[in-house]
Amino acid sequence: MPKGRRVGLFVTCLVDLYRPQIGFAAVKLLEEAGCRVEVPRLQTCCGQPAYNSGDRADATAIARQVIAAFQGFDYVVAPSGSCTGMLKVHYPALFAGDAAMLEAAEDLSRRTFELISFLTDVCGLEAVEATYPGLVTYHDSCSGLRELGVKAQPRHLLQTVAGLSLTELPGAETCCGFGGTFCVKYPAISEEMTQKKAADIVASGADTLLAGDLGCLLNMAGRLSRNGARVAVRHVAEVLADQGGEPAIGEPAAKKKSRR
Amino acid sequence: MQVSSHDFKARADKALHDPNLRQALSAMEKGFVSKRQAAVRDLPEFDALRDRAVEIKNHVLENLDHYLERFETQVLAQGGKVHWCASPKEARETILALLRTVEARTCTKGKSMIAEEIALNPFLAANGIEPVETDLGEYIIQLADEPPSHIIGPAVHKTKDQISDLFLEHHQKYGRTARQTDPQALVNEAREILRQKYIDADAGITGANFLIAETGSTVIVTNEGNGDLTQMLPRMHIVIASLEKIVPTIEDACTILRVLARSATGQEFSAYTTFSTGPKREADLDGPAAFHVVLLDNGRSAMIGTELQEALRCIRCGACMNHCPVYQAVGGHAYGWVYPGPIGAVLDPHFVGLEEARHLPSASTFCGRCEQVCPMRIPLPKIMRYWRQQAFERKLAPPPERMAVQLWAWLVRRPALYHFATRIAAYLLGRFGAERGYFRRLPLAGGWTRGRDMPAPSGRTFHDLWRTSGRGRGEAE
Repeated sequence: MPKGRRVGLFVTCLVDLYRPQIGFAAVKLLEEAGCRVEVPRLQTCCGQPAYNSGDRADATAIARQVIAAFQGFDYVVAPSGSCTGMLKVHYPALFAGDAAMLEAAEDLSRRTFELISFLTDVCGLEAVEATYPGLVTYHDSCSGLRELGVKAQPRHLLQTVAGLSLTELPGAETCCGFGGTFCVKYPAISEEMTQKKAADIVASGADTLLAGDLGCLLNMAGRLSRNGARVAVRHVAEVLADQGGEPAIGEPAAKKKSRR
Repeated sequence: MQVSSHDFKARADKALHDPNLRQALSAMEKGFVSKRQAAVRDLPEFDALRDRAVEIKNHVLENLDHYLERFETQVLAQGGKVHWCASPKEARETILALLRTVEARTCTKGKSMIAEEIALNPFLAANGIEPVETDLGEYIIQLADEPPSHIIGPAVHKTKDQISDLFLEHHQKYGRTARQTDPQALVNEAREILRQKYIDADAGITGANFLIAETGSTVIVTNEGNGDLTQMLPRMHIVIASLEKIVPTIEDACTILRVLARSATGQEFSAYTTFSTGPKREADLDGPAAFHVVLLDNGRSAMIGTELQEALRCIRCGACMNHCPVYQAVGGHAYGWVYPGPIGAVLDPHFVGLEEARHLPSASTFCGRCEQVCPMRIPLPKIMRYWRQQAFERKLAPPPERMAVQLWAWLVRRPALYHFATRIAAYLLGRFGAERGYFRRLPLAGGWTRGRDMPAPSGRTFHDLWRTSGRGRGEAE
């Protein structure tokens, strides 16, 4: 058996469906950091849409499924603060009255990490070998920031990317207006929030926007695209894994052109 | 106050298209947030003080009956009286009966959210007693005949121009015919007009930020001194407060005061902090002849021991709404009842019913900023989620919304079918979206695409690619 931490990758439903290259970037980063990565096939979604819609029965059933799928791994890592927060912070809350499941949920919670903070805080990664010429700004997605304390870690690694300059986004800690089902339940309010965020992104002068959550990225990219703003939007893992040359989110696949 | 929380979506849409409100809200957002940040930065022990404040309130809530009885004993000993009122109706009638004993024709009022909660002003007016709001913000919205839109800045939704117009319209009867535009001139005009009202008033009504059990004192904080004139000049001072305002000692009140103003306005302390203990004593130079505390429950004691208990720690600083991106977008009136913003989303369903207020806890991204800044560490998103569960279980959301969640969950719980379905979806969306990279419109996704494009998936799912790459073999199915 090869040595190293045995990591189960929680791909997340959005990465699976929309942008698999984020998953492959995560695998590359984890393997370069000395982890053995597996992808349990029994995973689908973390159940957050049910949980936040008040559907506790379905959220609990989905949580059981995830807990079972990731038994036995040293670590469970997801390229998303939001899904990680669901596994790490909220699963135990679902099983408050069930001692055996609560223990299993707390065990999963202890083993679960958001990708970038796992690389720095657990694997001790100090630098990456990647190149990305451009002026980059970073949005702190809410769950990663406030539930998990992800703030310095992505900035620290981004500063080691060759050619990359980082400029702080005004209001980086303000919600982008995605909020899962919120954005389609209350579209008018969501758009107002997203428009403010898009304006801040453009005002930062950056040519690339990065963040650690695909939901927020799709939302911000969608608004920037609707506004005709020429800002490339990518998941931070893509740039750290030196995969920043692929078309950005919302860019045509065929032309393979970069906006940078 | 008329309840219109069920209409949240329509009211929010209206607010989003109100240019005056947009202007007022953008000014507010910058002011409150940066001032609080600076105040917190300047006090290294701020978080430790928050912890202490939380402990004090938790202790009180565990021993509420003890401290309330102690408070009443002390108020009586100081020559005042406590009136226990279970409902808004009882509170209104108690206040009216008290005002009748001094044959009141006008009464001045300090700022009080409990007065809004029990809808006191229209009741007094209907009974021939003129209520005069003396807090500048409350005075402005009384002229405009509107409810407050913020718990500490009732007129925060008004622009300076709107206030100039209101004063011009309503102050002509006092011989003020010049339209003032300078903020200081506007303040002076209100102050001069209110001065006579203080003198004419037969009674003064204030709220309370704290009730102190050990001394029987009530405490208010203001920045204008209006509360002092309201309670000192008339013959009778009536304090209206809800029962969770109780703290054991003066020391405890002072601990919480240190986080209150910093969280609210970013001040170290409010300009005036006034302790009132009983009526005027013989040696006192001034003060009211009668001192009454109207203590309102209105369903609060029923919150103890439930998922809502922690919300009773609230000290009404307004930090949650100041930092809430949804409040910043739509303002306070959209919420449709007395308490707006995150604390309103938590309290209003309890007070006006979840059927009426189900949108309030639902209209949140759970960004968590409210909980982050709440000086009393109230888990606001957690309580909002509790309400969402209640709404789901009671089938209050429209059936298509519920069914969409359940159908999706059904699929998610069947991994093989799920992977098959997503592979097809990724292929179709990827194929039709590949050329452009995004969709302008998409069936069933109108909520998304009305204001933003939908980036196209790349065409194959991660799990599909992983399996065909040969990496997936041998992994747990």
